[in-house]
Amino acid sequence: MPKTKITKNGVVERKLIGLADLVITAAQKAKDPTMAIPIRALSNVSFNERKGLLEMGDKKQSRSFFNVGMAKKFMQTILVADALSELQRAELTTSLREIYYRTKHTIQDSHENTFDTQDESDPIIEDLEVSLTALREELHVRAENGGSVVGPLVLGDDGDRVDCAKLGKGGYSVPSIVEPEYVEIRRCTADFVLLVEKGTQWNRLSEDKFWRRYNCVLLTGNGQPPRGVRRLARRLHEEYKLPVYVLVDNDPWGYYIYSVVKQGSINLAFESQRMAIPKAKFIGLSSADPERYELPRNVGIKLNEKDIARAKELLNYQWFQKPAWQAEIKRMLASGLKYELDALANKDFQYLTKKYLPRKLKEKDWLD
Amino acid sequence: MAKHKATATATKKSDVRPAPAVTAVEMGARQREISVSEFFTKNRHLLGFDNPRKALLTCVKEAVDNALDACEEAGILPDVTVQLEVVAVGSSPLLPASQATRFRVTVADNGPGIVRQQIPKIFAKLLYGSKFHRLRMSRGQQGIGISAAGMYGQLTTGKPVKIISRTGPKTSAHYFEVQIDTKKNEPLVHENKQIEWDQPRGTQVAIEVEGRYQKGRASVDEYLEQTSIANPHVRLTYRTPEGETKEYPRAYHELPPSPKEIKPHPYGIEFGMLLKMLQDAKSHTLSEFLASDFCRVTPALADEMCKAAKVSPKAKPRDIRGAIAETLYHTIQATKIMAPPTNCLSPIGEKAILSGLYRQIKGEFYTAVSRPPSVYRGNPFIIEAGLAFGKAPDSAAKPEKPSQPLAEGEEEEGDSELARVIRYANRVPLLYQQSSCATFKAVLATTWRNYGISQSRGALPAGPMVIFVHIASVWVPFTSESKEAIAEYDEIHKDITLALRECGRRLGLFLRRRERAASEFRRRNIFELYIEEVVEACNRLKGGKLSTEKLKAQLQKIASTKTGGIKTDETLGKTGAGPEGLPHSIIVTAEGVDGAVPSLPEGSHVIAPQTDVSGEIHKEVKKPSTKQGRKQPAKKAVGKQAKINPITVPSIATKGGSSQKQAGKVRKGSKVHLTGKKK
Ligand SMILES: Nc1ncnc2c1ncn2[C@@H]1O[C@H](COP(=O)(O)OP(=O)(O)O)[C@@H](O)[C@H]1O
Ligand SMILES: [Mg+2]
Repeated sequence: MPKTKITKNGVVERKLIGLADLVITAAQKAKDPTMAIPIRALSNVSFNERKGLLEMGDKKQSRSFFNVGMAKKFMQTILVADALSELQRAELTTSLREIYYRTKHTIQDSHENTFDTQDESDPIIEDLEVSLTALREELHVRAENGGSVVGPLVLGDDGDRVDCAKLGKGGYSVPSIVEPEYVEIRRCTADFVLLVEKGTQWNRLSEDKFWRRYNCVLLTGNGQPPRGVRRLARRLHEEYKLPVYVLVDNDPWGYYIYSVVKQGSINLAFESQRMAIPKAKFIGLSSADPERYELPRNVGIKLNEKDIARAKELLNYQWFQKPAWQAEIKRMLASGLKYELDALANKDFQYLTKKYLPRKLKEKDWLD
Repeated sequence: MAKHKATATATKKSDVRPAPAVTAVEMGARQREISVSEFFTKNRHLLGFDNPRKALLTCVKEAVDNALDACEEAGILPDVTVQLEVVAVGSSPLLPASQATRFRVTVADNGPGIVRQQIPKIFAKLLYGSKFHRLRMSRGQQGIGISAAGMYGQLTTGKPVKIISRTGPKTSAHYFEVQIDTKKNEPLVHENKQIEWDQPRGTQVAIEVEGRYQKGRASVDEYLEQTSIANPHVRLTYRTPEGETKEYPRAYHELPPSPKEIKPHPYGIEFGMLLKMLQDAKSHTLSEFLASDFCRVTPALADEMCKAAKVSPKAKPRDIRGAIAETLYHTIQATKIMAPPTNCLSPIGEKAILSGLYRQIKGEFYTAVSRPPSVYRGNPFIIEAGLAFGKAPDSAAKPEKPSQPLAEGEEEEGDSELARVIRYANRVPLLYQQSSCATFKAVLATTWRNYGISQSRGALPAGPMVIFVHIASVWVPFTSESKEAIAEYDEIHKDITLALRECGRRLGLFLRRRERAASEFRRRNIFELYIEEVVEACNRLKGGKLSTEKLKAQLQKIASTKTGGIKTDETLGKTGAGPEGLPHSIIVTAEGVDGAVPSLPEGSHVIAPQTDVSGEIHKEVKKPSTKQGRKQPAKKAVGKQAKINPITVPSIATKGGSSQKQAGKVRKGSKVHLTGKKK
């Protein structure tokens, strides 16, 4: 393995051991052991307009051992740190779920579990990422693989040459860690990257060989794109100067997925630096499209209460303040309808491949 | 309606021939004196002889009340023995106590005794006594008690009342058998002789009555138990009809201060009473009469009142009648007169109430409040309240053992039990008519929720709790002759409420503090649970090179300080320190007893027949605390305690021959659980 990894290991492991030191020093001084964890919420996130990405502020919450409300979380944090340091020593990577199983047990002389569900351990890993400023891959934790790529792209993975143009319609499954140490981009001749929200539509485009005709890299994250997918898009954007277009459903969740790709997520704002693609464009589905592409009203879906509330939230986010975006969201609210990409099939099975996207690209009809 | 009735009567009249008119002469022939005894026969319910069960209780009560009154007035710490025996009816065999219909009630005291000539009248003449004609706090009031019991016995069994009395070691004891001439209300003496009696002094009365013996609410057992709560200075021995002997040892070795006799206060008398007093007056002038026959009336004030009523202060009291008397009465009532003196009252006292409650009731928290004296209609009174709360620590721990999770809809048992109210007037337990009693109403009217006790609307507070209320007064305002419930005067209600609130406030403090301590304890438990995990994880992080024991100890110390430290331990009863800030309270925990558990030395002025060792408290105190202010109960006495010299009374026939056999199991005044509801 490359040397860089080993040195990094040393740093991360030292950071993890630092948590044990924190407990020991506090105990010696008869103080309540307390760690400061950056807050991962909107209240601690600011939008850097110049850079076009979300940045985490320096607001921290303290997590003390001897506070009834925090005692368990504190204990869990130390347990997770212990498991992560074990990974470092063993030079293994693992999944979130495995971390959960590794740290779960019944506390001695009680009927209480250290963790009851994975929902308890996942956020603690994120807590450690932000408080130790260690990336998830540095912690050797993989996200579930959840993305696919096809296109004129050649990658190197564990020494294997992966030509994404020769993988049929299934493509290459994007690993959760795509850092250069793990995945090499050997060659890329595409003109742009099209990141599709839904696997179904990615399948359609892949089957129709859209990428060949329009010379692009087709990426999907099956919903909210996982880190590997975002990171790969970012590397292609950065290293090969490819524009990135995002194709999502026309609903508030689609808008948000786009915004995460573009400027980062609220939860992991600290990762924006290396994940966000501030120049990414929103290609569709726009609330203006039903009219422009004459989608009948009956293929729309009525916005439910949650959709409306979420849309109103988006209207308030600093990074949705551009007039075009305000108009976009308000238009959706005014119509009271949302549209799935799949609805395009109402016109023709290949409408997306043959009509919609070509026209969009030709008219440069996208939002920034 | 009226019309209907009228017609109906009219029809009747026409149907039925009118009764022959009665002449005044004929009526006159039928008019004669109704003897009090005859009146009693027809109205026995007024005096508490409504049914056989209650009658048995009333007999015991009258005799015990008299014994205690007499001892206290004579300055003697009372030793009272009560014995109930089943008596065979005719030639039929002895029935078990629960089925028997005839009993012999024998009550013996170590009091001053009764002079020979008085004995027949006291026991066989209604309305004869020493307490009616004066305003002094006592249990008996009307001089109707013991003779009524005797008369009830006579009416139901035909047997005379048997009395032994001795006024001192140098005089001889007298034995009497008396009955009442129910027509004349005069005693009939059947037997009168000097006898040998092994008691140096005291009175014993034995009455055979028709009765029923049944335990539980309003039973003889309950009466005696409650008597011992409110009278911890009494040593009581109770031989039940089932042959068991219950001992209520003396828990408080000081006689209640002797109440002073007072003259009536002008506000407390009614017009008729004033007329009678005017007629009986010994004074020569009205002004002199007013100043001498009433309390708080100075000669100057007397003159002033006469002037205001436009009567001469020099007028002869006997001449004041009619309209003048009425004017005088109203003038007196309208005059501002100082409240009556209150030294005529003898409250039980906070310490004594505490020791009484503590001895008789199992609980975790006890408190008592004596209100300052107050006055209703010219009669001084004092309200006292007490409270015993909780389950005894040992019994509370038991049901938790099989800690099975409850199914949906299941409830913890015993959560719904209601408080029990025990009521007293001049130290006598009131066992009937609870709901019409001012004390009970005040308990209901108190917002117990303010003190952390649940209470449904218009109901008793819920919880393992005994609420004690006592009214002491020279004239207790009962709602009826049978002296069962206290009338609801505003002043009385207000004072009861204030006393209850104070008790409640202290209970609330106790509960809150205990709750806080318990939650601190839970917190500490949580911390202790996690410390292990954290220490182990830290050790692994540090490559197994950590001194885990040291880190654990350090963290545990922090946990303890973060959760109230020693203070929590104290409140949880882990160190055995005293309850702070709760005056006149006792807190009992599994490890011991905290607070002023009174165990006073015997006063030298008290004539006590034998050394009493009953000050001990029967609770194991595992960790004796050396902390100041905590009175240690006389634990050493425990071993010796069981030996109690029974008052050997020859005339109480013991079925088994020796009194020891008769005694059956000797139980020390067994503590009862707060509520009888438990299965
Ligand atoms: N055990 C006793 N020892 C001494 N005196 C007694 C005893 N029992 C009764 N007496 C006297 O007899 C009187 C009458 O008693 P009782 O008929 O019960 O009426 P009351 O108690 O209302 O005065 C009492 O006032 C008291 O002086
Ligand atoms: Mg009496």
